[in-house]
Amino acid sequence: MAKCKVVVVGNGMVGHHFVERLLATGAEAAVVVIGAEPRPAYDRVHLSDYFAGKRPEELALTTREHYAACGVEAHFGDPVVAIDRAAKRVVTAAGRVFAYDKLVLATGSYPFVPPIPGADGDACLTYRTIDDLGRIRAEADRSRVGVVVGGGLLGLECANALRNLGLETHVVEFAPGLMGVQLDPPGSRMLRRKVEALGVVVHTEKATTRIGDGRKRRLVMEFADETSLETDLIVFSAGIRPQDQLARACGLEIGPRGGAVIDHRCLTSDPDIFAIGECASFGGTVFGLVGPGYRMAEVAASQFTADKQHFTGADLSTKLKLLGVEVGSIGDSHGKTPGAICLSYTDERREVYKRINLSPDGKKLLGAVLVGDTSDYSALHQYYLNGLELPAEPESLIFPAASPAPALGPAALPEGATICSCHNVTKGAILAAIDGGALSLADVKGATRASTGCGGCAPLLKSLVDHELAARGVAVARGLCEHFPFTRQELFHIVQVEEIRTFDELLARHGRGRVGCDLCKPAVASILASLWNEHPLAKSHAPLQDTNDAFLANLQKDGTYSVVPRIPGGEITPDKLIAIGRVAKKYNLYTKITGGQRIDLFGATLAQLPHIWRELIDAGFETGHAYGKALRTVKSCVGSTWCRYGVQDSVGMAIRLENRYKGLRAPHKIKAAVSGCTRECAEVQSKDFGVIATDKGWNLYVCGNGGMKPRHADLLATDLDDETLIRTIDRFLMFYVRTADRLQRTSVWLDNLEGGIDYLREVVVEDKLGIGAELEAQMARVIDSYRCEWKATLEDPEKLKRFRQFVNDPDGRDERVVFVTERGQIRPAREEERTALESA
Amino acid sequence: MMEAKSSEAAPLPAFPGEVVCTLDDLVPGGGVCARVAGQQVAIFYLPGEAPPLYALGNFDPIGRANVLSRGILCKIGDELAVASPLYKQHFSLRTGRCLEDPQVAVPVWRVSLVGECVVVAP
Ligand code: SRM
Ligand SMILES: Cc1cc2nc3c(=O)[nH]c(=O)nc-3n(C[C@H](O)[C@H](O)[C@H](O)COP(=O)(O)OP(=O)(O)OC[C@H]3O[C@@H](n4cnc5c(N)ncnc54)[C@H](O)[C@@H]3O)c2cc1C
Ligand code: SF4
Ligand code: FES
Repeated sequence: MAKCKVVVVGNGMVGHHFVERLLATGAEAAVVVIGAEPRPAYDRVHLSDYFAGKRPEELALTTREHYAACGVEAHFGDPVVAIDRAAKRVVTAAGRVFAYDKLVLATGSYPFVPPIPGADGDACLTYRTIDDLGRIRAEADRSRVGVVVGGGLLGLECANALRNLGLETHVVEFAPGLMGVQLDPPGSRMLRRKVEALGVVVHTEKATTRIGDGRKRRLVMEFADETSLETDLIVFSAGIRPQDQLARACGLEIGPRGGAVIDHRCLTSDPDIFAIGECASFGGTVFGLVGPGYRMAEVAASQFTADKQHFTGADLSTKLKLLGVEVGSIGDSHGKTPGAICLSYTDERREVYKRINLSPDGKKLLGAVLVGDTSDYSALHQYYLNGLELPAEPESLIFPAASPAPALGPAALPEGATICSCHNVTKGAILAAIDGGALSLADVKGATRASTGCGGCAPLLKSLVDHELAARGVAVARGLCEHFPFTRQELFHIVQVEEIRTFDELLARHGRGRVGCDLCKPAVASILASLWNEHPLAKSHAPLQDTNDAFLANLQKDGTYSVVPRIPGGEITPDKLIAIGRVAKKYNLYTKITGGQRIDLFGATLAQLPHIWRELIDAGFETGHAYGKALRTVKSCVGSTWCRYGVQDSVGMAIRLENRYKGLRAPHKIKAAVSGCTRECAEVQSKDFGVIATDKGWNLYVCGNGGMKPRHADLLATDLDDETLIRTIDRFLMFYVRTADRLQRTSVWLDNLEGGIDYLREVVVEDKLGIGAELEAQMARVIDSYRCEWKATLEDPEKLKRFRQFVNDPDGRDERVVFVTERGQIRPAREEERTALESA
Repeated sequence: MMEAKSSEAAPLPAFPGEVVCTLDDLVPGGGVCARVAGQQVAIFYLPGEAPPLYALGNFDPIGRANVLSRGILCKIGDELAVASPLYKQHFSLRTGRCLEDPQVAVPVWRVSLVGECVVVAP
């Protein structure tokens, strides 16, 4: 039997999903994919990440190679221009012809550009494809002001992108409010307040009549009310329209709002042509979200098998973060159902608005609106999706002061409850996956695809999987290692409450065996140090320390060490520079300026370390903790003292902070920086904590990261005075030290912290848990007990014994340490150089 | 008198070897390095274990540097091991075998305590 020829027009998110699903069914099909865009399908939902630095390859959902390997014939950059239904074939712009048995239209939609005179110039753009974004970036480079036409969901996302590109950003909306489709008027007003607070100018009830050449800026927009606005570029985001030209041209039935009409099998009025995704119209609705599109793809693919599924419509609830503002909309958000009862809550101080719409008997949730705080979204969405009966006092679901909302745990959900709406995965499917052997979150994701779309369901999925694994007696390995069945946070608590001072004591009381391992020993050493701040080389602590801490220096590939004296804030006197130079010269050490604004001296042997440190300490240096999971450096820019733009003394503040937190041991290393103005020369937004001067004080950013997985820091608090800044950092750091996992940087910690930055702000700034004073006191103890570890080591003959190269020959040389000279300094010899030197 | 032969669990009589240091020079729960017959030997001391002393060649064949004496001592399942400070592979204190890669092993030395003296032999 000849294979069924399936031609898929459009390789967007939904078209690609269809191909994957069809291949997964194992149906006998020869698949041809034809895409208009020059590249295979990519993640349009996360398109804006492109501006955050994601490369097109990182957004890709597939590759040409992958298609080829699966036997899929794929053509890109060549749109289909006509469908010949009689001959059952399609023709592309390049003149290629493909015959089909079954045709799948997945052509998506296109941004609607209102027919305004002048809306077709180079500086008039849209926001839909990677190429669009490339054009926006190029135009933005020569622009100062940008306008987004359209205040809907995508318009606001686009406004955020323009703002991040450094443009003065305006949103021009025809309707009276923002996001009118999803939000009711009060919700929309609250959103506007928040968006305006971020510096985006919002213009509502503006009908653009003409776009012409501007006088100060490149363009001018003229409005029906005779006002005007000058700008350099305009992005149209005034809604999308189904890309249904092909369907229209070949005479398929078209829906009332456009789109090829489909039935519950996703078939159009031609039984050999399917339409899926945003180009399809079901029950008069075009679904502008990826979840319903994926569902259509699955249903269409199932028609090629015996197990035929049905499309029955889809939920259009959404939860998102626009310009950093959390917004959620569920079901009938406007409360249009006859007899609907509305309960709402407005807090203008915290800028939060919440509304729920109840059925006339008050028992079911019809819809909801959340602005400024979407922490209730998951629970409300579950009530809505599954028609669960509401608690007697439904207001407890949104009112913060009322009795706490009854917890809607994963156990309470029925098996039919949808957990992941992107991939339409029910609780039942997840239970089946677990029963089928998926015994971890990752396995469950792999087996069901849950939580691999927008990610909105991740917290719910995790709690469900944890709960189910626990119920099945599967030990969810949350312990540190085989010796401690506790997380780091739990151990921290135990050590603190029971005032445990040594590893052996902790192991005897709460662990297994007598030895421990290289996972638990350093972790416990770090906890002990954070709490009691005893010397890391004290007899009971020394054998616990990881590689570098064990000798208070950084181990290099050849077994030698590097030495980093502290240079707070990067400020150093000429005399001190000379002293470092003198020591380096005397011990023949390789010297390098580090990425942390200080100087690293490499090539010291174990036995040389105390001698080197003796000289550095005599010259006024202290240890730099380059070896510790501890505060590293507080980078600074030159700041107001010299710089013509600086508004505060960033060097002074950096030195103050570095001296305050030096020696603080933490789950992982901590890096910080202070910039003297928004030009941000100290790159503070890539640090664990970063401070930027403002003309009123300091803005505090937290949980940034450079390194392997960069993360931009989040703004925690603004315009703080010196003392408040320091108090807030004290609390932030101690909260991190207490609650993070082992080797978890602040960035990953925050990403895993339930409630995210808002929760962190509640704890650290607003002191919601009432632990602020305790955290500060704990920090004060660490600060008061600070001593330079190297100074203390030099004073203690017991500790110095560790630095003998050989117990029976303290100053002996390791014959494998061989240096050669390069660019006037030493470096470790390579293997072949070593052999050559030995034979010579 | 306490004795140990690092390649077997059961204590054996003392053997002729080199006295490298006294008990006092060892680090409880950790290692030191000694030079024996021109070779570098890592000597580990685990008070409370039987036997309490172990000795391996100090050269880490994976990281290719003389560093094993500076690793952390571990119990992995039933096996006592040292984790290399360079790339963290574990080497069995009894057999010298690398737990991550059984193809790789380091030499095992004999070590015992005679009075206060630590005696090492190939
Ligand atoms: C010396 C230095 C490179 C240089 O020549 O400039 C350096 C060298 C090392 N880095 Fe680094 N990092 C150095 C600045 C950085 C920076 C830049 C900065 O601090 O501004 C980063 C990115 C910023 C960040 O951490 O967010 C950086 C990200 C890393 C990472 C990845 C951390 C992450 O969370 O992704 C590691 C690996 C780790 O810590 O697990 C690492 C680990 C290391 C280690 C400790 C690797 C090791 O275990 O041997 C290197 C040993 C240094 C030594 O022997 O002294 N180094 N490292 C820099 C020392 C700065 C200082 O004065 O203390
Ligand atoms: C910035 C942005 C953010 C978004 N955020 C979300 C979100 O958070 N949540 C959510 O659910 N949805 C979101 N969406 C919507 C989501 O991206 C779409 O619902 C989804 O991409 C629809 O998939 P599709 O395959 O139907 O259409 P598309 O992804 O648009 O794919 C259609 C493809 O068909 C091609 N094509 C068109 N005509 C032809 C032709 N004649 N021949 C060949 N190829 C053709 C097009 O070039 C395109 O590549 C967002 C969209 C954008 C633009
Ligand atoms: S951040 Fe500001 S103060 Fe600091 S150097 Fe740059 S411009 Fe000057
Ligand atoms: S709901 Fe979007 S990934 Fe699950």
